[in-house]
Amino acid sequence: MSTRIAQHGRLIDRNTPVKFTFNGQSLSGFHGDTLASALLASDQMLMGRSFKYHRPRGVVASGAEEPNALMGLGTGARFEPNQRATTTELFGGLQARSQNHWPSLEHDIGAVNTYLSRFLPAGFYYKMFMYPRAFWKHVYEPFIRMSAGLGQAPTDKDADTYEHFYAFADVLVIGGGIAGLQSAYSAARSGAKVLLLEQTAHWGGRAPVDGGHVDDKPVDTFVDELVSELESMPNVTMLTRCMGAGIYDHGYATGYQRLTDHTPGTDGPRHRLWRIRATRIITATGAIERPLSFAGNDVPGVMLASAMRDYLVNHGVTIGQRIVVVTNNDDAYRTAICLHKVGVNVLRILDARPAGGGALMQEARDIGIRIDPGRGIAKVTGGKRVKKVHICAQDGSGGALEELACDAVAMSGGWSPVVHLWSHCGGKLTWDRDLAHFRPDATRPPTGSDGSGFTSVAGCANGHMGLGDILRDAISAGKAAAKEAGFKPKKQATPQSVAADEAPLEPVWLMPRNARYSLRMKTWLDFQNDVKVSDVQLAAREGYESVEHTKRYTTLGMATDQGKLSNINGLATLANALNADIPTVGTTTFRPPYTPISMGSIGGEARDEIFQPIRRTPMHEWHEANNADFEPVGHWRRPYAFPRHGETTHDAVTREVNNTRQHLGLLDASSLGKLLVKGPDAGKFLDMLYTNMMSSLKPGRCRYGLMCSENGFLIDDGVVARIDDDTFLCHTTTGGADRIHGLMEEWLQTEWWDWQVYVANLTEQYAQIGVVGPNARKVLEKLGGMDVSADALSFMGWADGVIGGFNARVYRISFSGELSFEIAVAASQGRAFWDALMAAGQEFGVMPYGTEALHIMRAEKGFIMIGDESDGTVIPQDLGLHWAISKKKDDYLGKRAHARMAMTDTDRWQLVGLETTDGSTLPDGAYATAQGVNANGQRMTQGRVTSTYHSPTLNKGIAMGLVHHGPDRMGEVLEFPGIDGKVTHATIVNPVFFDPEGEKQNV
Amino acid sequence: MLILHCPYCGVKGEETEFAPGGEAHLARHGPGSTDDDFKSYLFSRKNPRGVHFERWRHASGCGKWFHAARATDTLEVYATYKAQTLAPPKQVLDIIAKKRPGWNI
Repeated sequence: MSTRIAQHGRLIDRNTPVKFTFNGQSLSGFHGDTLASALLASDQMLMGRSFKYHRPRGVVASGAEEPNALMGLGTGARFEPNQRATTTELFGGLQARSQNHWPSLEHDIGAVNTYLSRFLPAGFYYKMFMYPRAFWKHVYEPFIRMSAGLGQAPTDKDADTYEHFYAFADVLVIGGGIAGLQSAYSAARSGAKVLLLEQTAHWGGRAPVDGGHVDDKPVDTFVDELVSELESMPNVTMLTRCMGAGIYDHGYATGYQRLTDHTPGTDGPRHRLWRIRATRIITATGAIERPLSFAGNDVPGVMLASAMRDYLVNHGVTIGQRIVVVTNNDDAYRTAICLHKVGVNVLRILDARPAGGGALMQEARDIGIRIDPGRGIAKVTGGKRVKKVHICAQDGSGGALEELACDAVAMSGGWSPVVHLWSHCGGKLTWDRDLAHFRPDATRPPTGSDGSGFTSVAGCANGHMGLGDILRDAISAGKAAAKEAGFKPKKQATPQSVAADEAPLEPVWLMPRNARYSLRMKTWLDFQNDVKVSDVQLAAREGYESVEHTKRYTTLGMATDQGKLSNINGLATLANALNADIPTVGTTTFRPPYTPISMGSIGGEARDEIFQPIRRTPMHEWHEANNADFEPVGHWRRPYAFPRHGETTHDAVTREVNNTRQHLGLLDASSLGKLLVKGPDAGKFLDMLYTNMMSSLKPGRCRYGLMCSENGFLIDDGVVARIDDDTFLCHTTTGGADRIHGLMEEWLQTEWWDWQVYVANLTEQYAQIGVVGPNARKVLEKLGGMDVSADALSFMGWADGVIGGFNARVYRISFSGELSFEIAVAASQGRAFWDALMAAGQEFGVMPYGTEALHIMRAEKGFIMIGDESDGTVIPQDLGLHWAISKKKDDYLGKRAHARMAMTDTDRWQLVGLETTDGSTLPDGAYATAQGVNANGQRMTQGRVTSTYHSPTLNKGIAMGLVHHGPDRMGEVLEFPGIDGKVTHATIVNPVFFDPEGEKQNV
Repeated sequence: MLILHCPYCGVKGEETEFAPGGEAHLARHGPGSTDDDFKSYLFSRKNPRGVHFERWRHASGCGKWFHAARATDTLEVYATYKAQTLAPPKQVLDIIAKKRPGWNI
């Protein structure tokens, strides 16, 4: 059993017990525990079920690399799945649940998969679920969806808050172990501004656990002194619980700080994302121990040797009473010695190396631990807990020489430097044959904007495993980084540390070397995604020679731990299967973040109202007070309709259309784009931008214009008013204002930079109100001021003047077919002018109308709408707008494209009106079907609906659509099948449904 | 996230301040051009592993378009320069030639 002992426990406070629950059961640990150490202290070794086979799994590591001990933490709006128990600090009231089992962790139906594992090898999804095809949707996919996945997604909205911090540093040091501390100190002594990040709550990393002396001081004292020294330096910022998450281009890095995970209920944000710009970055990210690949290496109770040492020294927890240690290097001897000293029975050290280890082996032997060199584990047996190991010769195929009853196994396959952050932005790796690991290649670092490397690496992460080497490396990395950042490093004595002589590691990629198949298919590489040695070998046999392909075929390294334990063992297995060198097989790509970070931290403060700015017109508050039903248009909110008490939105739209056609409607048109184009070359410029001629427009007049991209496709439309010889005001669509302004700037700056034109976006400077309907002129005349008679202000004219005391610019333009004035006043006067119009309009039956009434009225008149009739593939010629395309101009944007073969093709679908035969309304986006089927067996089409409404004016369904040879087929009836299977019939008609002569607007 | 220097306002800014605009120094082909020239102008873009001349706009800054000479493999930015030019200025080419011996435009 695993239990708490009286010795050790440097991180826990035994005077502060902490209560928590696991799967509803009440348990107790100490302040300073992690969830994993507290569970182990309560003999809760079983912590979850595996992803695919639902195998019982216990904790295998002690840090961020943990693949198995994933928990759902919290409840309701604070529930979070897939949290590692090893990095979760214990607090009072913590609620943890294990995952991926039903009905319970102890008894799991899905565990039947482990007996089916012979039939579920790598790639079985691709092989098994291909046929019959129809089964995919209704049988296979629902089954896979139900059985796959680890934690459940939260259902409630996250109750916590998050934030972003921006920081700048001369030198950023990632990792607060002994190498990180030392390099930060060496850099900081030059005066450089240093930022130091440590992912755990403690400084010093593994050094205080592993022991040793620096300058004759115990290493933990050395660490404490170094931390105090750094804390006293004003140019150093130190952050614990802050993981260096990623390194990006040009010295950009992110830090993920967990502020209150360990003290929930505290005020302030839960996580903080640091967005850091550093001149130089040092990754002192340490190393991760590798598991050994033997059968049953996933049975709860098999643990990394270093993790077992961590739990003992840091938390005073022993994992078992009778322990077997298996290793291919000297470091695991430290665990054996440590355990032996506190009275744990270390039954055996199995050292795969025929000659065993160095000085540490002698020390273990001297205290009476039995050491078997040249031996390994054939398999571990036991279901939810280790019961027995079968010992074999490492050189054999797994014939057991001896069975040994035990309750835990400590394994060590050597150490892999954490090269992730080095690699994120393109740092390259080199294979170290002696230590059998990849480490950063200092000659090929990630490069910055000046072409020089901006990241260096120090300590274990650089492949240095001895204390003395680590400190020397860290000092040189710190000084070099400071110098490259423009500071003068200070001389410094190198702390001295003498390490015990270690025998070289011997790579062990499979234990035993020639393990038979039955063992290999129980030998785990990737614990979290359930990938075994046999799976990778199968992938190699099936031709997946690239490590990236093997990864995707087997899912090796694709789980939330991103293969921190499995990658090197996996690619060594692949290399062996392919008879290739490990460095030629290479690694998969390391991508940020280093471990998963919360979605909340990525969003930061940007949620709810401040996720995106909302643009409000000057009349917005009036709309709100009058029950407007808003719709988003770009960043604007525009009233869709103004439902009255007891009225549906549909009723309101009908009323608004009828009232505007019969009496008087007001439209808030303030969001329409208003771009002022000014200068001697303004006319010439607009002739290039619009398809029609703008330079011939007379001051005081307006003209409707179309804009195309160089591709020829319609991108925007609107009315242009010529203010004076040099000045035009271009109206754009609401959503197009910023885009078209940008387009104008782009052409003026990058193509026609010698033209004298200035463009200003005046959209928000004006409030604009459409005064529309038969009574429109009456209300303006009642307010009094300028002459708005048909003679003084004819259709498509504009004039400046005063109305009701407001300085106004009045455009006589109409998008509804009614007598219509669009009136612009200064934005600050918008609300007052609106109020004045509403008050004066009472006797004329005034009502506001929204965007839906606007849309219906323009459709009744056959006017197109950008985004409905156009979709990025439509040219003006498709819409019957030839009249708006100048034949006289030599050039305009899109002219050359309009001459391309595909654009002049007479088979292009053309705009027509569509009138249903039964008066119903066509479904939006419906296709008109034609005879026959295409190559995919789908029905042929001959047209589609672009706009469709019920017209209150005509009391029937009206629509516009693009139809093959449409204008030549007036009167033909087309079939439009709906997605409900119902077929609607519609007759091809002229798209102008209402007042084709324009009698209503020209009064 | 790249750092770029705006040659107009002099600000050294982060990529989030800028908007990319694709390959620089394209010659516009309008009415009268051949189908091949027009197709090339509209659609054919260089995608080199190495030196690339590209357009950027200081969108959240001064609003000006400029050009950057940048290496797509090392992310090195050799120079940024004003957009009112039909070809990279000589001093920009000299910088690149010095940094990448043997390189030709």
